[in-house]
Amino acid sequence: MEIVQQIINGISLGSIYALIALGYTMVYGIIKLINFAHGDVFMVGAFVGFYSITVMGLSFFPALLLAMIICAIFGVLIERIAYKPLRNATRIAALITAIGVSLFIEYGTIYVRGAQPEAYPAGVLPSKSFEILGVTINSQSILILGVSVALMIILQFIVHKTKTGKAMRAVSYDAEAARLMGINVDNTISATFAIGSALAGAAGVIFGIYYVKIEPLMGIIPGLKAFVAAVLGGIGIIPGAMVGGLVLGVVESLVSAVGYSLWRDGVAFVVLILILIFRPSGLFGKNIREKV
Amino acid sequence: MANTPLLKVDNVGIQFGGLKAVSGVNVELYQGELIGLIGPNGAGKTTFFNLLTGVYVPTEGQITFGGEKLNGLAPYQITRKGISRTFQNIRLFGDLSVLDNVKVAYHSLARHSILSSILRLPSHFSGEKEMEEKAIDFLKIFNLDGLKDEAAKNLPYGQQRRLEIARALAAHPKLLLLDEPAAGMNPQETKELMDLIAFIRKEFNLTILLIEHDMPLVMGVCERIYVLDHGQLIAQGSPEDIRNNPKVIEAYLGEEVS
Amino acid sequence: MKEVKQKQTKGFWLSILLAVVVYIVVQVLLSSSMLNKFYENTLYFICINIILAVSLHLIIGITGQFSIGHAGFLAVGAYASAIVTMKLHLPFSVALIAGGVVAAFAGLLIGIPSLRLKGDYLAIATLGFGEIIRITLLNIDYVGGASGMQVSHMTDWTTLFVCLLITLIVIVNFTNSTHGRACISVRENEIAADAMGINTTYYKVVAFAIGSFFAGIAGGLYAHNFYIIQPTNFGFLKSFDILIFVVLGGLGSMSGAVISAILLTVISTFLQDYPETRMIIYSLVLVVMMIYRPQGLMGTKEITHFFTKKRNGIKGGKPDGKHTAA
Repeated sequence: MEIVQQIINGISLGSIYALIALGYTMVYGIIKLINFAHGDVFMVGAFVGFYSITVMGLSFFPALLLAMIICAIFGVLIERIAYKPLRNATRIAALITAIGVSLFIEYGTIYVRGAQPEAYPAGVLPSKSFEILGVTINSQSILILGVSVALMIILQFIVHKTKTGKAMRAVSYDAEAARLMGINVDNTISATFAIGSALAGAAGVIFGIYYVKIEPLMGIIPGLKAFVAAVLGGIGIIPGAMVGGLVLGVVESLVSAVGYSLWRDGVAFVVLILILIFRPSGLFGKNIREKV
Repeated sequence: MANTPLLKVDNVGIQFGGLKAVSGVNVELYQGELIGLIGPNGAGKTTFFNLLTGVYVPTEGQITFGGEKLNGLAPYQITRKGISRTFQNIRLFGDLSVLDNVKVAYHSLARHSILSSILRLPSHFSGEKEMEEKAIDFLKIFNLDGLKDEAAKNLPYGQQRRLEIARALAAHPKLLLLDEPAAGMNPQETKELMDLIAFIRKEFNLTILLIEHDMPLVMGVCERIYVLDHGQLIAQGSPEDIRNNPKVIEAYLGEEVS
Repeated sequence: MKEVKQKQTKGFWLSILLAVVVYIVVQVLLSSSMLNKFYENTLYFICINIILAVSLHLIIGITGQFSIGHAGFLAVGAYASAIVTMKLHLPFSVALIAGGVVAAFAGLLIGIPSLRLKGDYLAIATLGFGEIIRITLLNIDYVGGASGMQVSHMTDWTTLFVCLLITLIVIVNFTNSTHGRACISVRENEIAADAMGINTTYYKVVAFAIGSFFAGIAGGLYAHNFYIIQPTNFGFLKSFDILIFVVLGGLGSMSGAVISAILLTVISTFLQDYPETRMIIYSLVLVVMMIYRPQGLMGTKEITHFFTKKRNGIKGGKPDGKHTAA
C-alpha cells in the first residue's frame, strides 16, 4: 500500500509540475524560447496568494484568481519588455535574456522583501483525511488535483475552441504565414504568455497550500523540473506537458519511497538526459530534422 | 566513356515516416562526365544529393563510388572518399575569411596533430604554411585572392557562390555535386558560371553532377540528363531526348498548371 | 608569408615579455605587502575566473556548443584535486593535473552522448549534467556530502600565474590552427563543415575535453584557495556566472572573455557585501546587453584586431596580393 500512497503523493506533486510545464511548453511552442523566468512567475504567484490570504484575508478561490490575474499581467510585461525586442535575435541571445530576467525577478524579490521564507497559514482549505483500502488521502490533495485538472480542461478549451486558441496554434505553426493571414502575432504571443503565467501563478498558490513554505528562490528547482516535464512530453505539445508533469511527479515520489530521497532532485535531470538522448522529441513529439 | 562507372547508384531510395521521398533511383556516372539532374520543385533532387553525401542514409538500395560502398558512411567520410558538394542555400562559414573557408576544406589533408599545434612544433608551422599557400593558389584560380581577408558573409551573392564552389573543390573531389549553382544569378553571371564550370572540369579532371532549374543552361552544357519527378526517375538521356520526352513535358507542364 | 610568420613570432615574444613583467610586478607588490589581503584575493579570483571564462569560450565561443553546466567540471576538478592533496597527500601540482584530467574525462563522458543534441536541447542537457554532478557529490560521504570537504590553502600567485599562462597559450594556439578553424567551421555551419570533410563530432568532443580540462584545473585552484568546498558552491548559478563572462565579452572573442572576467570579478568583489544588488546589476546588464548589443563587448574580434587595423589604416592600402610561394 506504501507504493500506492507514494503514487498518490506523486500525482499531487506532478500536477503542480504539469501546471508550470504548460506555460513552458506553450511559450516554447510559439516563440522557441526556453523561458527561464517562468519558474519565477510561479514564485510570484505563490507570494501573491500568500499576501492575499494573510493580509487581505481572502479565501482560497479569490486568492487563486488574484494570483492568476497578477501573474498573467506580469508574464505579459516580461514578454513585452524583455523578450519582444529579441524576437529576431539569435536563440542564444534570447536564452541569455531569459536567464537574466529570471535572476532579476529572484533577486529583485529578495531586495524588496528580504530572503526570509514565509509559511502559508493552515486552514485555508479544509484538511480531512480519508482512508480508502488502507491508503490515506487528504481532502486537500483531492481539491488540488481537482483544481489542476479543471484548469487543464479550461486550457484545452481555450486552445481548441476559441479564436485566440486558433491564433496561438497558427502562430506556433508558422508565425509569418499567420501574420499574412491577418493574425495579430504580437497579441497572440502576449496571450500565450498571459495564459501560461496564469497557470504558473495558480501552481504557486497550490504549492504554497500543499507544501506550506515559500521563499524567493523557490521557483528555480520546480521551474527546471517543469521544463524537464515539458521536454519529456514533447516540447510544444500541451497534453505532453500534462503527462510529463504527472510522470515526473510520480517517479520522484517513488524514488523517495525506496529510500533515495537525497537523489530525488537528480532524478528529473537523469530523466531529462535519457529522454534527450534517446527520444529528443519527447514522448508525444514528432522528429523534425533540419532541412539541408 | 570508361567501362566501369565512377558512381553507381543502384535502386536507391529513402522513406521519411510513411513518405517515400526518393525511390528506386538508378544512376551511373562515368569519369569526366558533366551530367544534369532536373525535375520540378519537390521532385527529390536535393534529397538525392543528401543521400549521395551521407546526410541521409538510404533505406533501400546501394551506392558505390570508385568500387567502394558508401551506404552508412558519415558525410565527412564520404567527402574524404572524393565527393564534395555545394548547397542550394549557400552554406559558407560566414564569420571566417575567404581564405579560411578554403583552408577548412584542406583540413582533412593536414598532417599536423592537435598537440603539435598547441606546442607550436615545426610540423605545425610547415603544415599551416602549406595549407595557406595551397589555399591562396586556389583562390587565384577563382579570382578571389584579392578578397582573401574579407569575411565570407560580406561578399556579394555571386562571389559567395563562386567561393562555395572553390571551397568544394579544395576538398579534392573526384565527383563534384552542384546544387542549383545559378540560382539567383543574372544571365551575365550565369554565363560566367558556366564558363567556370567548364574550366574547372577540365583543369581538375572532374566528374560533375548538376542540379539546375535553368533549363537552357542544363540543356546547353550537360552531356546526359536525368529527370526526377515525385522521387522517381522518369527519364534519362541526351538533352535532345529529354526535350522531346512526353513524360518530362508532362511533369513540367503539370507543375506549371497547378 | 614569411612576414606573417615573423609578425606572429614577434607578437608571441612580446606577449611573453609582458607576462613576465606582470608576474614580477605583482610578485614584488605581494612580497612587499603593498597589496593587502583584499586585493590579493581579488587578484586570485580574477585569475581563476579568466581560466574558467577562456575554457568555456573554447566550447561556446569557438565551437558553438552551447554548454551551460560548466560549474560541473569546475566541481569535478575541485573535488578530484582536493582528494589528491587531502586524502592521498600528494603534491599540489599533481592534484591540479589530476583535477584537469578527471574533469576532461567527465567532459568526454558527458560530451559524447550529448553532442548529438543541438542548441537549446544541448544547453538544457548540460545544465542537467551539471546538476547531476552536484547532486552526486552531495551524496558521496567520502567527500563529506552536503557539509563539504576540508581543503588546505595552497593556491599561490606563482601557481595561478603559470596555470593562467598555460591556459591562454594552449587555447590561443589551438584556435589559431587548422584544428581551431575546424571548430569554428562547426560553429558557423555544421552541415557545411561535415560536407567539407571535418569530423564534426570529433572536434566537438575535443573542444569539450580541452574546455573541461582547464575548468578542472581552475577547480583545483579554486578548491585550494578556500578552506572548505561544498556542493552548493557549484550550482547552476556558478555556471551562469561563467557563461556571463563569455557572453558579455562577445561570443568568439577570447580577449572579450578575459576582459569581462576581469571586469565582472572586480565588480562583484566590490559588491560582495550586497549580494542582491550585485545580482540585480548583473541581470540588468545581461538583459540590456542582449537587447542593445547582443554580440557582446568585443563581438568576435580579438583585442589585437584593433592594433593591426590601425596599422593597416596608416599604411592606407589593401593588403597586397604578393606572396612568396616559392
